[in-house]
Amino acid sequence: MAAAVGERDATGARRGRFAPYGLLSPGVIWLALFFLVPLASLFQMSLSAKESRFDFSPDFSWKWSNYSDAVSHFSAQFWRSFQYAGAATLLCVAIGYPLAYVIAFRGGRYRNLLLGLVVVPFFTSYLVRTLAWRTILGDDGPIVGLLQNTHVLPENGRLLATGISVVGGLTYNFLPFMVLPVYVALEKIDLTLVDAAKDLYSSGWRAFRKVVLPLSLPGVFAGGLLTFIPAAGDSSTRSSWVAPTTR
Amino acid sequence: MVQSRDAPAGWGEGGETALNEATGHDVIVLEHVTKRFGDFFAVHDADFAIPHGEFFAMLGPSGCGKTTTLRMIAGFEVPTSGAIRLEGRDVSRVPPYRRNVNTVFQQYALFPHMNVFDNVAFGPRSRKVPEAEIKTRVGEMLEIVRLEGFAQRMPQQLSGGQQQRIALARALVNFPSALLLDEPLGALDLKLRQAMQIELKRIQREVGIAFVFVTHDQEEALTMSDRIAIMNEGWVEQIGRPEEIYHRPETVFVAGFIGQANLWQTTVDAASGDTADVTLGERRITAAISGRSVRRGDPVTFMVRPERVRVSLDEPGNGHQAVACRVVDLVFQGPVVRFALDAAGAEVVAHVGADEQLPLLRPGDAVWASWERDAALLLSGAAADAGDAPTAVGAET
Repeated sequence: MAAAVGERDATGARRGRFAPYGLLSPGVIWLALFFLVPLASLFQMSLSAKESRFDFSPDFSWKWSNYSDAVSHFSAQFWRSFQYAGAATLLCVAIGYPLAYVIAFRGGRYRNLLLGLVVVPFFTSYLVRTLAWRTILGDDGPIVGLLQNTHVLPENGRLLATGISVVGGLTYNFLPFMVLPVYVALEKIDLTLVDAAKDLYSSGWRAFRKVVLPLSLPGVFAGGLLTFIPAAGDSSTRSSWVAPTTR
Repeated sequence: MVQSRDAPAGWGEGGETALNEATGHDVIVLEHVTKRFGDFFAVHDADFAIPHGEFFAMLGPSGCGKTTTLRMIAGFEVPTSGAIRLEGRDVSRVPPYRRNVNTVFQQYALFPHMNVFDNVAFGPRSRKVPEAEIKTRVGEMLEIVRLEGFAQRMPQQLSGGQQQRIALARALVNFPSALLLDEPLGALDLKLRQAMQIELKRIQREVGIAFVFVTHDQEEALTMSDRIAIMNEGWVEQIGRPEEIYHRPETVFVAGFIGQANLWQTTVDAASGDTADVTLGERRITAAISGRSVRRGDPVTFMVRPERVRVSLDEPGNGHQAVACRVVDLVFQGPVVRFALDAAGAEVVAHVGADEQLPLLRPGDAVWASWERDAALLLSGAAADAGDAPTAVGAET
């Protein structure tokens, strides 16, 4: 019996040594096939040159100038992407933080329901939502009409195809990616820390600034990344949908 | 109040005397304080005072209202009715950050994103104390809790006992009029807890202010406190020095909750002044009444501590009260032999010193259980109030 146990332990230990690699392999293979390989081929492509416009397979030729060309020809587009994404990220923080705060600390037993409501619109497909916004904000839509009648917008002013609508659309689309990580960070905070701060002569505002805010910053940072990176990549698509002719 | 010589200057001697003259003897006064959450009474009519420099414990089972009472003193809860005075001033509706009391929380609640120095400096910084003074004060406090040299550590790098001391330093650095402690030793293991009990007592003597201490551990309360308030279901059952509470409990609950007690339910045969007669077995026994007075026919509980009960083969002579028993069980427990006896249906527990010469007894033997007259008490009401076995109620010792 003792020998049997010993044997099992020995094989178990041997198997145990390779188990982590076994568990890692699906992820590693996946990333290698669908991330590293395409990335390498993209990199190769970025250094290739085409003989002519009609050449289908560009030749690899260490053409570093592609990069400087990209920056010099499309710097406006790059810059605008980052601006729009940055503005959308800031707006997401401004809207998402208070929202997450209220859900985490005042939501009580409705917390999960409220969180669900934040996410629910995103079960609708991206295209449908975008088209819906085009109708709502469209030149003949109710909102533009109202704003024109109240002279907030000039006679032939529009919302679609402006920077504001692009930033608004990005904010709308990425808000949950801000709310969820901030909520998780806030929810983890032990509320007796707030009691302790108040006990140590801090008003509610100072307790928030010195304790709650710093402890929730990792969530804001994560939310910022989750919002900014896709938003920066998305603004080109965004322009073609919401603002086909951004002026 | 006696201020110890080496207390930091912040509690200033001159100011203290002036303050005492203005506000009298007590630092915290509760005047008929009641707290209700919806239909639930967390605290009923708490009415007591805590003098300067006292180590005061609130002791009771969980849900007895002790923590709510502490939170009302700290300012986290507002009393439904009644008033709380701090150094004479009514603070019932003053928020916690404008009260000069500080709390040590159950899990310490150290700020995890700040090092020890910033944690301790948090209170003085809130009050805009100059940074240079903060530095001396924090140093002084770390010295009092014996953690000099830990200023740059993060709370997660400290052991439970060290975190506990930092929590103490963080509260004391503000020179509060009283320190409130919510089960401060609950999270520590037994050995550390015992060391911290002595440490807390030393620190309290050193700083000389009142410590108000909430615990459910009777041993802790008995060891450390000058006075104890025993609470049960929102009521303050009794307040007194540990010896008073142990030797002269006033309610059945207190008798059962503190230490071990033999409790027998019976009725009053005759009452006169502060004594009454009851019948135990076939015997009529006279005992002192403790707590609420009783009348003939009232249900009462007869109480005697196991260590006051003697076991003998012959009926003892004058001055002793005795009942005839049969031995049910006896267990050698080191310092004492624990006897379980049966007195006509009622269980009697006796702790007999190991040095006492006893004949070789076996279960079934007939013996006498006896005690001196002043060892027994009569408590108004039935033993079921204690919420435990109807006869011998043993809280862990």
